Amino acid sequence: MKVIYTDSLVIGGGLAGLRIAIASRQRGYDTIVLSLMPAKRSHSAAAQGGMQASLGASIKGEGDNEEVHFEDTVKGSDWGCDQDVARMFVNTAPKAIRQLTAWGVPWSRVRKGDRQVVINGKKVTITEKGEAHGLITSRDFGGTKKWRTCFTSDGTGHTMLYAMDNKAIELGIPVHERKEAIALIHEDGVCYGAVVRDLVTGELLAYVAKATTIATGGYGRLYAVSTNAVISEGIGTAIALETGVATLGNMEAVQFHPTAIVPVGILTTEGCRGDGGLLLDKEGYRFMPDYEPDKKELASRDVVSRRMTEHMRKGKGVPSRYGDHLWLDITLLGKEHINKNLREVKEICEYFLGIDPVKEYIPVRPTQHYSMGGVRTKPTGESPNLKGLFSAGEAACWDMHGFNRLGGNSVAETVVAGMIVGEYVADHCAATTLNINTKLIEKFVRREENKIMNLLNRDTGENPFELRKEMQDIMMDKVGIFRNGDDLAKAVEELKVLNQRAKNIALRNRIASSNPELVEAIRVPKMIRLAQCVAYGAMLRTESRGAHAREDFPERNDRDWLKRTLTAWPSEDADLPEVAYEELDIMKMEMPPGSRGYGVDNTVHHPDTEKRVARIEEIKTANPDADRFEMQELLNPIEIPEKFKGKNERTGRGFK
Amino acid sequence: MSDQERTLKFHILRYNPQIEGDTPTMKTYEIKEAPGMTIFIALNEIRETYDTSIQFDFICRAGICGSCAMIINGQPDLACRTLTSKFPEGEIKLLPLPGFELIGDLSVNTGKFMRQMSERVESWIHDKYAENVDLCKLEERMDPDTADEIYELERCVECGCCVSACATKRMREGFLGAVGFMRLARYALDPRDKRSDEEFYEIMGDDDGVFGCMTLLGCQDYCPKDLPHQTQIAYLRRRMAMIN
Repeated sequence: MKVIYTDSLVIGGGLAGLRIAIASRQRGYDTIVLSLMPAKRSHSAAAQGGMQASLGASIKGEGDNEEVHFEDTVKGSDWGCDQDVARMFVNTAPKAIRQLTAWGVPWSRVRKGDRQVVINGKKVTITEKGEAHGLITSRDFGGTKKWRTCFTSDGTGHTMLYAMDNKAIELGIPVHERKEAIALIHEDGVCYGAVVRDLVTGELLAYVAKATTIATGGYGRLYAVSTNAVISEGIGTAIALETGVATLGNMEAVQFHPTAIVPVGILTTEGCRGDGGLLLDKEGYRFMPDYEPDKKELASRDVVSRRMTEHMRKGKGVPSRYGDHLWLDITLLGKEHINKNLREVKEICEYFLGIDPVKEYIPVRPTQHYSMGGVRTKPTGESPNLKGLFSAGEAACWDMHGFNRLGGNSVAETVVAGMIVGEYVADHCAATTLNINTKLIEKFVRREENKIMNLLNRDTGENPFELRKEMQDIMMDKVGIFRNGDDLAKAVEELKVLNQRAKNIALRNRIASSNPELVEAIRVPKMIRLAQCVAYGAMLRTESRGAHAREDFPERNDRDWLKRTLTAWPSEDADLPEVAYEELDIMKMEMPPGSRGYGVDNTVHHPDTEKRVARIEEIKTANPDADRFEMQELLNPIEIPEKFKGKNERTGRGFK
Repeated sequence: MSDQERTLKFHILRYNPQIEGDTPTMKTYEIKEAPGMTIFIALNEIRETYDTSIQFDFICRAGICGSCAMIINGQPDLACRTLTSKFPEGEIKLLPLPGFELIGDLSVNTGKFMRQMSERVESWIHDKYAENVDLCKLEERMDPDTADEIYELERCVECGCCVSACATKRMREGFLGAVGFMRLARYALDPRDKRSDEEFYEIMGDDDGVFGCMTLLGCQDYCPKDLPHQTQIAYLRRRMAMIN
């Protein structure tokens, strides 16, 4: 049995994982990153559009600050987020982007003087200030009051990931590639690392650490069509669930992005609409202003996706052999803009659709895109149930997104969470000594070995590829954009059956080393359990909030449902996860629940909402001279690592 | 996109070095073409239907991550965004990318190569003050054109096509290759990187560096991201030649 010891084990080599490894190393701890592939190929690279941070340098971002970003984020979450975490996030995001600047990201910059942009379908000239020249610029994105999304052309995630991985290489951080964590090692509520399978040799290794961080991204591939990379299968989240101890948060909160191309589901960035692109129906009619007269195409993602679906249900979709779709029109942005700022989109259109978006419309449809749910953590990033287990980025439910994430807040979360959680991981390494009996390590390695031997020795049984396909179809058909009790109940029952069948997988290719079928056989049962958490959580949540839209319960119900779903799987033999709820305390909210400003407000209010609004008024009246920083301290005092506490400077207003 | 259903013949190199005694052979698989089918879709279908042992690498399947470069009918390219309709005869021969350690079948270890390349060219901003940057203050300004120009050179996805298409690399094991030159050009252009030309010369001023290039420019021909390899190699060479 090969055992590898380190202080800070990081599972996942995307932006969040690398940033945590960097924080660990910079604080003097040994760290190892495990990755399914070279780190620079992580799904973080696919984020085209940008990263939100309230720098406010561009003229259309003027007046932006942490407060405005906070409001947008909380509203976007449909009040489902943890406001302490959203606060930590918005206050730190400007620092994260500035650090990445020092590490080499070539952010697009403000150019002084006039420039032409498209706003609401019309060409408009805006004038950038001379004093902002050369600072990081920003573009418009859905659900935001200001132009806040900082970008590098349309390769933002790529440049961020390259800068981050290069920093990790500079620091000599080892990335163990083609290694998959298949189980966590734990005992008595403490996590000690992971059992890891080498995807080339098939060897099982034990990585033992003081702190183990899951940063494996989302679980988009539970769905048949997803914008996500093929490795976004939620395996990190699943091994946390399989401890039976760690809980997952809000697994039913799954985001659908309005504009993925049909049929393959590859994303075209929200920047298309942010920069002025329009959505059109089969008659070439721009329909979004009819539904959302205020924000139109730039309403929050969940809203646009639902409106598009509604419109297609009215027979306004463009029929195709792959089902109905709508058009994304970016022709009005012009060739020069598309070639420079939307080049990835152009390439995708050319290669996968054989069209030129400078001249032709793009066929699009709402498609699974983001997992708000994940490993439930405290604001420090540590699991509340399993000591020494941390999680960050899309894999985590740190919970700054609640039930709907804003565009541009995902890569922003990865680096901000990486910074903040990275400090807490390092603190944990400082405060902990590793005390583990090798018998325990052996027990977990043997258990996984036995599972694999069983798979390799079984003569007949289920086909893992078919099980996956059935699961993905169930999720698509019954746990999609619009949900209802009947379909969800069916999904839950059907997934139960799949969970049973997954215990009887047999392989055609029965070798223990490099073997894609064995990889599939190890992953699929884990994925089915995650799918059960999503479907079951969705069935039980009898309200609509953010991306969770129940046709049979269309109202947001704060009175009964202002709470976070927690799922656990304590018994290996159980058919379903155990579900519990964590109340969100309105009396501690900086921003009590209100209307998001889309469609009709049919919220069922919580009795505390009025009380909290009144209380906030009292506090404001009692402190008439408090500036925005002091006010935040009064309304929402938060813990944040010392080194990230300072106020953020902005052009034209200093540190105010 | 044609609606005509064709039968495609895939000829694929099969070899698993993990299995003792295995020898490389070409195997043929036939599948029905579907509209809009890419090699990504086809290979997955072959794996799920005919042979679950076949190895290949896809991550983003959108031409962004650089995982899936292979030799497609004699030419290196990204398999995920190659449509099968591109081949009128319906015969597609797939080989692993040469110049890299073979993992098995169509899977090669580009990761190890690229990490070594990054370490060799020290692929990061060299500025001893960078770690002390006050994150609260305005970021250092950059000319907007300079930022755009750096991004143009940073669009490399480390797919390895340039390395596999490089004749010099075939003859000279230690040759840095276009991917490394592009990375150096990117940092040499970046005002945040304080390295001097002499320091860059230490990295690339020999026959394994920019002076070894035979200028056959397979890199330029096969770069899936259309990066300006020719211009950058010429530029670096001139800049390095002017040092002494």
